[in-house]
Amino acid sequence: MFSLASMATMSACIFLFGLFFAIVTNFEAMVKEAESGMAVTVLFDEGITQEQIDAIGQEIKKRVEVSEYEFISPEQAWEEFKGDYFGDNAEAAAGFADDNPLANSASYAIYMNDISMQPVLVDFLEGLDGVREVRHSEVAGRTLTDFNSLIGYISVGIILILLLVAVFLISNTVTTGIAVRKDEIGIMKLIGATDYFVRAPFVVEGVLIGLIGSVVPLALLYFLYRKVVFYISDKFSFLSSLLNFLPAQKVFHTLVPVGLVLGVGIGFLGSWITIRKHLKV
Amino acid sequence: MIKLENVSKAYSAGVPALNDVNLEIADGEFVFIVGDSGSGKSTLIKLLLKELEPTEGTIIVDGRRLGAIRHKQIPKFRRNLGVVFQDFRLLKDRNVYDNVAFAQRVIGASVRESKRKVPVMLSMVGLAAKYKSYPRQLSGGEQQRVAIARALVNQPKILLADEPTGNLDANNAWEIMKLLEEINERGTTVVVVTHNMDIVKIMNKRVITMKKGVVISDVDGDFNED
Repeated sequence: MFSLASMATMSACIFLFGLFFAIVTNFEAMVKEAESGMAVTVLFDEGITQEQIDAIGQEIKKRVEVSEYEFISPEQAWEEFKGDYFGDNAEAAAGFADDNPLANSASYAIYMNDISMQPVLVDFLEGLDGVREVRHSEVAGRTLTDFNSLIGYISVGIILILLLVAVFLISNTVTTGIAVRKDEIGIMKLIGATDYFVRAPFVVEGVLIGLIGSVVPLALLYFLYRKVVFYISDKFSFLSSLLNFLPAQKVFHTLVPVGLVLGVGIGFLGSWITIRKHLKV
Repeated sequence: MIKLENVSKAYSAGVPALNDVNLEIADGEFVFIVGDSGSGKSTLIKLLLKELEPTEGTIIVDGRRLGAIRHKQIPKFRRNLGVVFQDFRLLKDRNVYDNVAFAQRVIGASVRESKRKVPVMLSMVGLAAKYKSYPRQLSGGEQQRVAIARALVNQPKILLADEPTGNLDANNAWEIMKLLEEINERGTTVVVVTHNMDIVKIMNKRVITMKKGVVISDVDGDFNED
């Protein structure tokens, strides 16, 4: 009876933890993807030579926060512009055929592996010779950085609360179980049972409760996750560019061992700590 | 041998439960400890079991100074003592055989050893035929016999009995006392805490009388309540 209550408690906690973990992991992946798509653009002074541009490229390459950079020539910039603004109306663009209006718009598009370093990189780039302008979205960069930190803080907070609640509830249920067997423990101690002898069945029970209490919600979460991701992708396909869910295997590759260690660990600790005070006979 | 030297025990700042007690019980003795409620009899048993620590003084049981026994060594020490309580303290969900075998399991005895020793103990206390019965199916006297068998199955040198006849009628009480006397005749030191004066007088054994935590008399045979 008490074991069942403990298992239900443990399952609820691990389920909530897993649910939260899956949401946070997906959020983080989406934010990361948004970050990787954000570029800092470097425009050059008029009349700059290709050698000078290459030298600036070498300086950019040395930066650790830069994941990749790409040179965009004036011709590429014009082609892109035409595609974006003239579209099918090729005749309108034909007027500029021999006179590229973006002749001075050669640039580097720089992608970062850590968006929080954007201000440092921008300062560096602005200090380079031959750089006319550095275009970046400070607000978007800061928002992403802040969002990342917020997710981090909330994750730690909620995980801590869930752990404390789980340990408290397990400890409570084990206490009730021990109260029922208090006489038995007292008799054991007076007959000459060692602490290990008295403790072992309770700890084994705690570990089993933890194991079953984590396997069941993890399995449930696995099927639920796949169903929900499939449902959202299927019914709300217009969101697919915004919500790019991680595959279940990727989320559960980490979640399963973490969940099992948590369940077994809480079961072990909860029973170990609770029985300890009853051994001082 | 049991020896108490200047032993005092105070639970709080108030009146001490034991006050400067000195006594010696030799191997193989049968001793009654008598006194009113609150005289310190049960405290004395708890001190001998190392359930409690004395506030002052030295206690020696079977050659071991209890103050020097560390927490981890207590189980091994207790295996030299058998304990019987007024309320029997049997495991209600186990039958007679399992209750006695439980004491064997606690000390890590093999199943084979248990199968050899438990029936011998049950025969000694006269319950061999009821080995499958559960405590609720037994009379008070029978339950106390099971408790005695459990206390003795590990062959302790000393048997401590705290009010063993407190819940029994006169006949059963007398039966239990005869059993304890038999056990003593086989060489086990028996210490019985009781306030059943009728039995104490008939048994004609050594009697230590306590009052308010102090030993007020210690007589061997010919006990006179006054």
